[in-house]
Amino acid sequence: MREVAIIGVGMNDRWGELWEKSLRDLYVEAALRAIDDAGVDHIDSMYVACMSSGLFTGQEHVSSLLADYLGVAPIPAVRVESACASGGNALRLGWLEVASGASDLVLVGGVEKMTDVDGSQATLALAAASDFEWEAFNGVTFPGLYAMMARRHMHEFGTTPEQLAAASVKNHHNGTMNPVAQFQMEITVETVLNSVLVADPLHILDCSPVTDGAAAVILCPADQAKKFNSQPVKIAASAVATDAMALHSRESLVTIGSAKAAAEKAYKQAGVGPGEIDLAEVHDCFTISEICLVEDLGFTEKGKGGEFTESGATALDGRIPVNTSGGLKSKGHPVGATGVAQAIEVYKQLRGEAGKRQVKGAKRGLCHNMGGSGGTSAVHILEVM
Amino acid sequence: MTVARIWRERGRRYRLEAARCKGCGKVFFPGRLVCDKCGSREFEEIRLSDKGKILTYTVIRVPPPAHTYETPYAVAIVELEGGGRITAMVADCDPEKLEIGQNVRVVFRKISQDGEKGIKFYGYKVVPA
Ligand SMILES: [Zn+2]
Repeated sequence: MREVAIIGVGMNDRWGELWEKSLRDLYVEAALRAIDDAGVDHIDSMYVACMSSGLFTGQEHVSSLLADYLGVAPIPAVRVESACASGGNALRLGWLEVASGASDLVLVGGVEKMTDVDGSQATLALAAASDFEWEAFNGVTFPGLYAMMARRHMHEFGTTPEQLAAASVKNHHNGTMNPVAQFQMEITVETVLNSVLVADPLHILDCSPVTDGAAAVILCPADQAKKFNSQPVKIAASAVATDAMALHSRESLVTIGSAKAAAEKAYKQAGVGPGEIDLAEVHDCFTISEICLVEDLGFTEKGKGGEFTESGATALDGRIPVNTSGGLKSKGHPVGATGVAQAIEVYKQLRGEAGKRQVKGAKRGLCHNMGGSGGTSAVHILEVM
Repeated sequence: MTVARIWRERGRRYRLEAARCKGCGKVFFPGRLVCDKCGSREFEEIRLSDKGKILTYTVIRVPPPAHTYETPYAVAIVELEGGGRITAMVADCDPEKLEIGQNVRVVFRKISQDGEKGIKFYGYKVVPA
């Protein structure tokens, strides 16, 4: 297998409720920026991460649509769907295609257009990431599943609503320094706790928003990367793992088994441990997921995620800065684009291009992208070359 | 939704029909063709108990379209006596007073309806025991 590098990245100017832009506008804008950033004159193949263009916009077969509108047909293009982990899963497939020698220049893009439907339809579309027949049918929503994880985490480990809120407050703070972020505003623990309840104990400010947006990266063999880019970033590990689909079928209601399994593989591939990671983008679709993930990715002990987060260990100047981009909470969560955008944040950090939110001397970063209530996890480790 | 989609699940939704792996004893609801624990393809047909305990719960305040008329409502993951777990709405309760570990009983109820003129969907909910 060949080593693979990221040589160009692109996103929209700012994520959010982008009423003037369609799915194809969003995607093509980000993809063109990635192509220009890498300085390549063609791509060999494309992976499009998109969770639910069907339920959100009525459009399927978006791989072909987007290859057409990007002007790259007849190259092969395929859509990758694994709910909110679509982006991470697409990145792994792009990595595999370059690593295997099948292609040299691969574009991995992600997109979601979520605001063409009302809130209730969006809730339904997202609930389709759960086991529809045995969870959603019985009235549980996506925030509801995470709320049940949160309730159980509080019961087993004494985690508090304030500790959950601390993740949101920290991510909003980081987001104020990210021009792409949907919500660039400071909040406090009190604002979170006084915000409206979505699914007890989760408030609206514990939840990532509905967002329109896209993100794209260009991959190439590491030994050719410097032809295009003076500071390419190496993909040192790429791993995906699955777990029981329904939360009630999991061995533990408070452990994200797919994250543990994918991280274990990724750490082994990169030959490093959690102590050697300088920063991490983790899938904070809800505050409780960030609390569980800092545990399950090995940054702290099981059960200590709340305390760890509240202590500032995951802040920009903490022991392991988590979600320097603002995370899904503040940057926004256009589902299919999220996993790709996480890699872009780490890419920028490793190149020293993260502006006011720069982690000094960052050499190695981890991205964790999750689908459903944990049915899929993708973990990537990126390194300076 | 079509009638067939609902009809096909009648045994599980109305009678909690489940399967126990003959290889390792793991209980599956719904049943499966292969055990994820031991790989066995031999199962014994069983019915889950109608008594159980709440493992965790929440109160849904932002519902999908099918449940807007009864919001807020409680949902729980319930561990049933003798094995098997279900995710179910908790009916006939004060959602503010639920607790982890609380005993509940499974009951047959209407779950939702496919629009104003569509099929009514029935299934299981739990109520405080
Ligand atoms: Zn078995």
